Amino acid sequence: MQNITSLASPHRLQINIEAEPAATGPETDSQQKPGGMMEDQQFRQEVRDWLSANFPPALTGVNGLIFQGDAHAAAASKDFQAWRKAMADKGWGTPTWDKAYGGAGLSPAQAKIIAQELSAIGAFNPIRSYGTMMLGPTLLEFGTEEQRLQHLPRISTHELRWCQGFSEPGAGSDLASLQMKCVDAGDHWVVSGQKIWTSGADQADWCFALVRTDTSVKHGGISFLLIDMKSPGVEARPIVLISGSTHFCEVFFNDVKVPKGNLVGAVNQGWNIAKRLLQFERSSLSEVKTDVTPLAPIAHAMLGTDEEGRIADADARARIVHNAMRHAAYLQTVRRFNEEARNGGPGNGVSTLKNLWSGIVQRRAELLVEVLGADGLGWSGDAYPADAREATRALLHSKAFSIYGGSYEIQNNITAKRSLGLPDR
Amino acid sequence: MAVLNEEQTMLKDMVSQWVRDRMPVSVARGLYDHSGGGRKDATTGFDRDAYGEVAAMGWSGILVPEAHGGSDFGAFSLGFVLEELARTLSPLPLLSSAMIAVSALRLGGNAAQQSAWLPGLADGSIIGTLAVDEGAHHAPDTLALTATRVANGWRLDGIKRPVADGMGADLFIVAARGEDATMLFLVPADTAGLTREPLDQIDARRPALLRFDGVLLGDDAVLGHGDALLSAILDRAYVGQAAELLGLATQAFETTLDYLKTRVQFGQLIGSFQALQHRASEMFGELQLTRSAVEAALAAIDADDPQLPSLASLAKAMANGTAHRITCEMVQLHGGIGMTHEHDAGLYLKRSRVAEQAYGSSSFHRERWARLNGY
Repeated sequence: MQNITSLASPHRLQINIEAEPAATGPETDSQQKPGGMMEDQQFRQEVRDWLSANFPPALTGVNGLIFQGDAHAAAASKDFQAWRKAMADKGWGTPTWDKAYGGAGLSPAQAKIIAQELSAIGAFNPIRSYGTMMLGPTLLEFGTEEQRLQHLPRISTHELRWCQGFSEPGAGSDLASLQMKCVDAGDHWVVSGQKIWTSGADQADWCFALVRTDTSVKHGGISFLLIDMKSPGVEARPIVLISGSTHFCEVFFNDVKVPKGNLVGAVNQGWNIAKRLLQFERSSLSEVKTDVTPLAPIAHAMLGTDEEGRIADADARARIVHNAMRHAAYLQTVRRFNEEARNGGPGNGVSTLKNLWSGIVQRRAELLVEVLGADGLGWSGDAYPADAREATRALLHSKAFSIYGGSYEIQNNITAKRSLGLPDR
Repeated sequence: MAVLNEEQTMLKDMVSQWVRDRMPVSVARGLYDHSGGGRKDATTGFDRDAYGEVAAMGWSGILVPEAHGGSDFGAFSLGFVLEELARTLSPLPLLSSAMIAVSALRLGGNAAQQSAWLPGLADGSIIGTLAVDEGAHHAPDTLALTATRVANGWRLDGIKRPVADGMGADLFIVAARGEDATMLFLVPADTAGLTREPLDQIDARRPALLRFDGVLLGDDAVLGHGDALLSAILDRAYVGQAAELLGLATQAFETTLDYLKTRVQFGQLIGSFQALQHRASEMFGELQLTRSAVEAALAAIDADDPQLPSLASLAKAMANGTAHRITCEMVQLHGGIGMTHEHDAGLYLKRSRVAEQAYGSSSFHRERWARLNGY
């Protein structure tokens, strides 16, 4: 159940998630107020002025996911650190959060203006993270005031990194079968067990985890716990994936002491919180857009052209075109779903959308490597063009698309049940 | 489904209601005899009185300018009327006449031609259709029917087949190979030298084979010249036919889904089996892609989007593929009953195959899209 952003890596075939305001704060739309349009325009100008004074030009067009996914890259970049600090001080990384939580107390409409203006100049939100997208909204809904004041200000500055401890070796698609023990030891909890596929756990300062507080019931025995990764007994080990990425970790918890106050919500209510959190995850999923290199020029170069300028290999061409058309229809579908969602549509299509997306971009990644031929089979070395090596890694990486965030099969189950109303066994 | 405005929502509700009341699948079934083929006594392949009702409700005039008696309500609206009617395989010449013939006159017709034909097309007293194909495949670039210059006009020689709704049409928009360019003519059905005969096609819709044997026409019959005009008309045909396929596929899917929720084997509803659930989920995904492509293409017609040719071929190719897959699954998932003429699955399969070929197969449209997009 990894978030889609967790696979951020500087590959060609990656997904970007549009900045979206977290849901909180007064739900007033400034456009509804008298003079709202005027205020919006003033605010937009204010944002533009501030951005032109504060956004480091060297970061223009840079994908923010690189820094989100790699603490070392983030620490090493002076520009990134300057940009992060400027946005943190302004509270605009989490614009709708109250000022007490490190936000700017802005309306959703104003948050949207900030996102639009960032996008317009090729800037990214340096605060965007697991913390802002998933834990923040969860604490705002379920956390105590003390928990919010402890954690939200440091999420809104991106000083601390969070990881998500959900999956376990025995609990993947069937997440609720998780077993990591959490025992009440009077003035603290004792946690022991193992998590896996935890994105960035080796770089994370904190972990929000699902733990088992009652073994007699499945869903009703799960609690939601915040764990300091520096606690004695926590060990994160990176896992090497087929693409060479070491972004995912397995995390071992050996009798880790956790303060009582770190439990979010009530004991054994963690599954409900997790479901809500996964809705935040899915709402980010629905914003995915694909930014892909056109296949045609590469195919022309690698496979040759016929007298009419078409890709010479008719079989490969037919398959490339078929995939490209599905990709075009997929982008139309994202636009349609977003438009429908804005107008109060059913909003139950995310599972369908995710499967269409993973299928189409995986196929595309395969086609790209096929077109590259032997050039697409290199792991390292100057004998292979850098672009081709990237494409190869991207292909390997893309296999995760139909596994994380709810596998292809799980999404089909969800579609069958929720969208189609098919019966359970 | 895209977001509709109030008028569009009213129109859509009105169409759904009328289809339920007047065009259940039994109407399409009525075109067949007991052997599973088209009734030999059928003449036009559609019911002119039913089309009169459609016209009275204004649907045949949706693309016609108000000055000529229409509502100018836009292709997007006509698209969902076509989609809704196709859910029950409604045998009506709305695509041929209201979408394609009207578009041809709007795109190519001079003031006199528009005044002569559009009011009748709008009120349903005239049914028009496009006569473009001549052989086994949709191939608008290689027309064989010739238009030869003669004193005071033109002479047409050749054949057209299959011409949708051709047995009941009053006006043919005929694509011909002129002396140096593609030409389009307005040819009334009663023109001397033009004969027609019905084709017993698997959908029982009675398309026509037209024979042009020295048909003489005046200059006022020339709708226009050039491949660009024909392409623009065909773009509307592609999108309209795709909208019909979307409606057909959507209903075929929903009927199949209902069966999965009622059919019991091994003591349980077969819709509880994961293998079948996943096939249903995948079909649902294909329908989503197709709906997006069709709606985008319809909107592109109304917006005069220069991308229309590409969007139209995308819509038709997607709709072809999806309707093909879902009608196959409709038969398969119904099992033995789906193989019988008594069941509707076969009617959907047969109509789908005709609509898939009509105005370009999937490979035609993938090739066209590929060329338009630099592949």
